[in-house]
Amino acid sequence: MEPILQVSGLTKTFHANGKPDFTAVDQVSFLLYPGETVGIVGESGCGKSTLAKLLCRLLDVTEGTIRLCGQDITKARDRELFGAYRNIQMVFQDPLTSFDPRRTLGDGIGESLRNAGVSKTERERRVVELLEQCGLSETFAGRYPHEVSGGQCQRAAIARALAIKPKLLLCDEATSALDVTVQQQIMELLKELREKEKLSYLFICHNLALVQSFCDRVLVMHEGKIVEEGTTDQVIFYPQSDYTKILLDSIL
Amino acid sequence: MAELLRFEHVEISYGGESVVHDVSFSVKPGEILGLVGESGSGKSTLMKSAIGLLGNNGLVTRGDILFEGKNIPDLSEKELRKIRGARMGMIFQDAGASLCPIRTIGEQIYESMSAHRKISRQDARNQALALFDKLHFKDGKRIWDSYPFELSGGMNQRAGIAIAMLMQPAVLLADEPTSALDVAVQKQVVEEMKQLRDLFGTAILLVTHDIGVVSAMADTVLVLKDGYQVEYGPARQVLEHPMHEYTRKLLAAVPKLRRA
Ligand SMILES: Nc1ncnc2c1ncn2[C@@H]1O[C@H](COP(=O)(O)OP(=O)(O)OP(=O)(O)O)[C@@H](O)[C@H]1O
Ligand SMILES: Nc1ncnc2c1ncn2[C@@H]1O[C@H](COP(=O)(O)OP(=O)(O)OP(=O)(O)O)[C@@H](O)[C@H]1O
Ligand SMILES: [Mg+2]
Ligand SMILES: [Mg+2]
Repeated sequence: MEPILQVSGLTKTFHANGKPDFTAVDQVSFLLYPGETVGIVGESGCGKSTLAKLLCRLLDVTEGTIRLCGQDITKARDRELFGAYRNIQMVFQDPLTSFDPRRTLGDGIGESLRNAGVSKTERERRVVELLEQCGLSETFAGRYPHEVSGGQCQRAAIARALAIKPKLLLCDEATSALDVTVQQQIMELLKELREKEKLSYLFICHNLALVQSFCDRVLVMHEGKIVEEGTTDQVIFYPQSDYTKILLDSIL
Repeated sequence: MAELLRFEHVEISYGGESVVHDVSFSVKPGEILGLVGESGSGKSTLMKSAIGLLGNNGLVTRGDILFEGKNIPDLSEKELRKIRGARMGMIFQDAGASLCPIRTIGEQIYESMSAHRKISRQDARNQALALFDKLHFKDGKRIWDSYPFELSGGMNQRAGIAIAMLMQPAVLLADEPTSALDVAVQKQVVEEMKQLRDLFGTAILLVTHDIGVVSAMADTVLVLKDGYQVEYGPARQVLEHPMHEYTRKLLAAVPKLRRA
């Protein structure tokens, strides 16, 4: 089987005037297969979100390559990138700032469908369906991002990412603002899509119990590098790196 | 000891639609109250109401919010500004959005500290760097000089915590303060908030969906569902012998780590 995502030697160095260069992602390589779920864990600031933003090309790559569904998207732009977004979508860590404050949540959720040429009535139907899947009533389509709670905004962001039925979903702390009962409901939805639609996930999450219940494999990042990887149980039951051990000892 | 902050039969609405109904609780100096409940149940709304930040369509429609003898909903914006930061600190749920995007963390910290008392930039910086260390920042000097967009989600969250804590407020309103943090950093931040309580008698209103954090910190727990207060009592009692069905459901849904 061909991997859906092939990342090799991926590196991101930030440059800013008057400041030393900062390498946030350092020679990261891994593969992800269709229907597979890979978790990424690691200390706050270790480079997880930067990696995710590189993968969906919101940041320019300093070094290395990204292949998505067999296609090299490392330098993809415009039409090519638009095409890639049918396959890869992202739920951002900061849901509020990921929505345009001047547009309703319904508009935001339906945007990728509009770009794909889906008719207005069909779009409206899909938006309501997506909201309901994420535990929100259809009235939320008409609300603005600042008029909903943190967890409601996060669920709208999940609905938006699912709208175009991507093959790969990058979840950056996608359930971190949800109470455990709603979280459970969202996890059920993600598991169902994995089974029914063969959706693959890259699941960034600091909740190790959640990672354990959802991911096949896990990558542990530390200071921009992958320091440990293996099946989820392997890493959690028999941690190798010091950092992974500290992490497992810190659970409250 | 006397109560510091008291909610009495509080009802809050947005654009005429009420979302919080008849909520009553109080905190004493040094007390940590954990507020838990379903997404959208009104936790952030309650926190914002305590500091007069409900926005232009939000309104306390019934009840009183008493802080140091004053009723918060009756205060003018000018009076509120004197309380915010200095007497009552707030850590916002959306850390990234609550920081000013075009000023460095250092500028924002210096500004908030110097707004209420005389302090030199150097003193502010030294105090901040010492706290950064305790909040598990590896390179505090870089953080001080960074803009929010140059930091990660959890780093901005910790910057927000630092800004609120450096003021040593009487009440700290902490809305999901550790939601973006890995467990190792979270543990450290929990310790620091308890230190703040121990050293300065700060009372903390803590909103979190992490039951582990609640049981590590809270003295009392209030459970909210659909804007109604369904349970309120000592933390041990609520967490170990929940009375309400929703509390039981909430505790049962906590994902648990399997170990070898
Ligand atoms: N635009 C930028 N300019 C400079 N440095 C940046 C920029 N964006 C991120 N960084 C730095 O890169 C590092 C990694 O950040 P990133 O957001 O990827 O971390 P993270 O693993 O997602 O952390 P968290 O768990 O806190 O969200 C951090 O040290 C951060 O300060
Ligand atoms: N500015 C607003 N205008 C209209 N409705 C609002 C506004 N802010 C919040 N609401 C609504 O009020 C209710 C309570 O929101 P609140 O943000 O207090 O919830 P929460 O308990 O903090 O939830 P979460 O855990 O998801 O952050 C929600 O149903 C939300 O949609
Ligand atoms: Mg991040
Ligand atoms: Mg909230």
